[in-house]
Amino acid sequence: MNLHELTITEAGARLRSGETTSAELLESTLDRASRTEAQLHAFLNIDRDGASESAAKADADLAEGIDRGPLHGIPLALKDNMCTRGLETTAGSQILAGYVPPYDATVVTRLKEVGAVLLGKTNLDEFAMGSSTENSAYGPSFNPWDIGRVPGGSSGGSAAAVAGGSAFGALGSDTGGSIRQPASLTGIVGMKPTYGTVSRYGLIAFASSLDQIGPLSKNVEDAATILRAIWGHDPLDSTSYSGEYPDVSADLGRDVRGLKVGVVKELAGEGYEPAVEQAVARMVEQLAGEGAEIVELSLPTFDIAMSAYYLIAPAEASANLARFDGIRYGHRVQGATTEALMANTRAEGFGPEVIRRILLGTYALSAGYYDAFYGQAQKVRAAVQEDLASAYESVDVLVSPTSPTVAFSAGERIDDPLAMYLSDICTIPMNLSGDPAISIPIGVDPQSLPIGFQVMAPALGEQVMFRVAAQVEQLAAFTARPVLEEVVQ
Amino acid sequence: MRPDSRSGTSPTGFYTPAAMPIEIDIAHVARLARLDLSQDELDGYKTQLGDILDHAAQVQSLEGDPSTESEHPLGFVNAFRPDERRPSLDRDEVLAQAPESRDGFFVVPPAMESE
Amino acid sequence: MTPAKPDMGSWESVIGIEVHVELATRSKMFCGCAVEFGAEPNTNVCPVCLGLPGALPVTNAQAIEWIMAIGLALNCQVSERSVFHRKNYFYADLPKNYQISQFDIPVCHDGYLDVTVDDVTTRIGIERAHMEEDTGKSTHLGDSGRIHSAEATLLDFNRSGVPLVEIVTRPDIRSAAESRAYAQELRSVVAELEVSDARLEEGSIRFDANISIRHGGETELGTKVEIKNMNSFRSLERAVTYEIQRQIELVEAGGSIVMETRHWDEEAGVTRSMRVKEGSSDYRYFTEPDLVPMVMDESWVASVRAGLPELPAHRRSRYRDQGLDQELAAVLSSAPEALRDVYDTAVDVDADARSAANWLTGEVIGWLRRTETDPIDVPLDGQQLAELIAIVDEGLVSSSAAKEVLEGVLGGEGAAKEVAEARDLVQISDTDALQSAVDEVLTANPDAVDTYHGGEQKVVGFLVGQVMRATQGKADPKLVNKLLRDKLKD
Repeated sequence: MNLHELTITEAGARLRSGETTSAELLESTLDRASRTEAQLHAFLNIDRDGASESAAKADADLAEGIDRGPLHGIPLALKDNMCTRGLETTAGSQILAGYVPPYDATVVTRLKEVGAVLLGKTNLDEFAMGSSTENSAYGPSFNPWDIGRVPGGSSGGSAAAVAGGSAFGALGSDTGGSIRQPASLTGIVGMKPTYGTVSRYGLIAFASSLDQIGPLSKNVEDAATILRAIWGHDPLDSTSYSGEYPDVSADLGRDVRGLKVGVVKELAGEGYEPAVEQAVARMVEQLAGEGAEIVELSLPTFDIAMSAYYLIAPAEASANLARFDGIRYGHRVQGATTEALMANTRAEGFGPEVIRRILLGTYALSAGYYDAFYGQAQKVRAAVQEDLASAYESVDVLVSPTSPTVAFSAGERIDDPLAMYLSDICTIPMNLSGDPAISIPIGVDPQSLPIGFQVMAPALGEQVMFRVAAQVEQLAAFTARPVLEEVVQ
Repeated sequence: MRPDSRSGTSPTGFYTPAAMPIEIDIAHVARLARLDLSQDELDGYKTQLGDILDHAAQVQSLEGDPSTESEHPLGFVNAFRPDERRPSLDRDEVLAQAPESRDGFFVVPPAMESE
Repeated sequence: MTPAKPDMGSWESVIGIEVHVELATRSKMFCGCAVEFGAEPNTNVCPVCLGLPGALPVTNAQAIEWIMAIGLALNCQVSERSVFHRKNYFYADLPKNYQISQFDIPVCHDGYLDVTVDDVTTRIGIERAHMEEDTGKSTHLGDSGRIHSAEATLLDFNRSGVPLVEIVTRPDIRSAAESRAYAQELRSVVAELEVSDARLEEGSIRFDANISIRHGGETELGTKVEIKNMNSFRSLERAVTYEIQRQIELVEAGGSIVMETRHWDEEAGVTRSMRVKEGSSDYRYFTEPDLVPMVMDESWVASVRAGLPELPAHRRSRYRDQGLDQELAAVLSSAPEALRDVYDTAVDVDADARSAANWLTGEVIGWLRRTETDPIDVPLDGQQLAELIAIVDEGLVSSSAAKEVLEGVLGGEGAAKEVAEARDLVQISDTDALQSAVDEVLTANPDAVDTYHGGEQKVVGFLVGQVMRATQGKADPKLVNKLLRDKLKD
């Protein structure tokens, strides 16, 4: 087995037993990247020098007995909407071409503190707006399982890197499903933590009340490992949770006997591919076989959750993206007046999906329309939270498919925004509620495309969520790997 | 609460056009958002926005009236910091990112008055 | 010199004033950059106040305490729960192209400030005081430094993110004089609280006026015009005066008032229209998702209230109770704190309040200026002042000699009595000692005595003068006067 195919846990064990070094792990990863990037385009920027330096330092530390924890010396990738000091950060947009942040995002600082080796920045839909990574201004990424298909989005680059073997793990961001859906489409694990548990300081904001950073990994245990390193209170983020954090690893491996598992009625039916529904149903049966009590639940507000999301997210984004005006950083298109400069810069620097959402958001907030659109959407959001609160009175977790379909073809939905938006129908409710959710690969469809199973838990319910996720992973025994032809660049 | 299953035009087949057309002054919206778009672009976006808003208007089908605005899911308040100074950025590093700067200032064309 | 009041005829001017107060916190509203006047451009900036991608705001607790203090000092209600909103508009000096401000749930609301003009006190309603962040500063490069002939604009973000309290009155003000009085009183309240430098010329306090006119007796409001750029209390009064007159003249000539913003041009003495905007601004306010709500519970409000210093209005009232007239009370109230402390101590040891106030606001302040001494270092305490007042009262020195005594005390020569003796300023107030001088003068001036008996009482002054000469000015003139008159009666 090649080094780059190991999980983080396995790699960590070999580092400590002396069987391998961080430099070797890095080299295996970079080598794999050089053979797959032509097809996948997972990365926007590979920081060979920085990574080598970190790997050398990790090896030196470990040799001296300084052990910074399970991520020490492990090569990880970062979605390019997280600020890295001294390293270009583009958010997948032309408007930030060449932008080099003067500071690190908190999650980056924390990964550096635990000795992780940061490989570089991965591709994404521009400003995290999209479900296929086709909205990147730097070209799309592709799915290791079929390079004619999308890896999902917006964290498609991170997913492709982990699934394709050119990173041991990665960070992504999830606003409407942008970690979980690509994980589902590429056959890996992706998780969105409880809102407020991972600092957003340094994450280029899309929708402030919905964005969360989370891990993409090869298995559930690795996801928990990464999460533990990056989460925790941050005084630089006012929405950061300062109370007690769950112990995510405590129940990994514990059985699900006696747990109540809710199946969401609304997340099935028309629009869901039969293979996906069957795989999910089979897993639910298997959980029942392990002693879980299955409960069918109706959460009626889930039917209009997407509508609320497509008002709230663009509204917040329209304000968050107002700062991109060509004045203090980034791309500038000249103008005779500042006003013209701003308008020219933005029209040229933003791609169509971003412009679409800015217009939508601006409209939803504008005078005369606020009550009917943004105001009403917030009410729906509150209703979703109430719906979930009552659901969790009778179940411990909720389950569903992560995505109604498997990976679709490149170009298939790009001209139909609404069709693209529907990729997120299963994931959006958890962003509205702020609750945690995880996607675990459970099988492939007849075309060998991965299917993802979503487990959802109440806020700060990561412990039970990981418990069920680990059980699902064990039951699925998903060992399929993408057949990716290596092409040396 | 479920939308009618009239078929739409999307591959997944379950979005529903709303009953009433929605008025959009797209030129005004583009101006508010400082986006200098061509007439063709404006026309295109106007149609797309209309389609999306038709769908998004479903929010109006919500029955009942929950608390007006949802909050942080963990519902906390009073996240403050003490009045202490922290180091500022190095000016050179900041201005290195500026498209145009002079003598420690950012430079822009003459600003017009705000709206 | 107050500008002449315009002849308003049947017109009434309706005025509301908006004040922006920069808080003198150590760090900015939402980040740890220094709040500092006059620093090199763009040296007090960070990702947050520069609006860099990924930055997030965190609220300065001190600023919230201080806005509560301002609100309480203005008799406002403090909201139990308050939130921030994003006010969305594009401008070069606004890094995020939205300002974190407050929309419908400000920290403080529904208060008042009493303002006195020409002995008439009016209660000016305060609608709200809310918290927001300041913008950066633009300098226009060009011929005149004015925006209309600029070739480029330079941006400095040191001021971006400084905590700003916006205080809005109800349209309860009715004249230019009242506008000025309100502005001055508000400024003194803020200065008293020590939450801001509150210097108009530095921009740490800024005033905008909203002015409309209507016929007296009408209840509906006319179209209002916003006036900006008034950089002193005097120009505030001038600008308001001008604008009221402009509006009256315009309407009387058949025109109508346009709702707009006008700049006060101090040199030309006129308000000028700025570019008229098409339609009013759509700020698309929504709750700031990067911040959480603030809850100001009763115990917090109570502790802020308990920490408030004595406010100017209360102090002036106290001075009046102690016997000062309105004008002296006002003057003393605006005197430096160190001098007011001396007054308080003097009054505590039973010195005459009016005398104490007059000495401090007159001679003492004069001496401080002449010697360029900081009031905080005034070399006079309440006890010493009380003594000075006492020796004048007792007749030990004349009131003119007392000024010299004061100089001596301030100069460190000793206590009042000591100085009087050392400088040979003690006047003769011994009746027996003076009697002979009086008798001599009367004897030497028989014509004057006759003139007095002839009905002309004024000649006593001449006789007093003679006694003063005979005693080298040391006689107590009051006593001399009395002795002469007694003698003349015989």
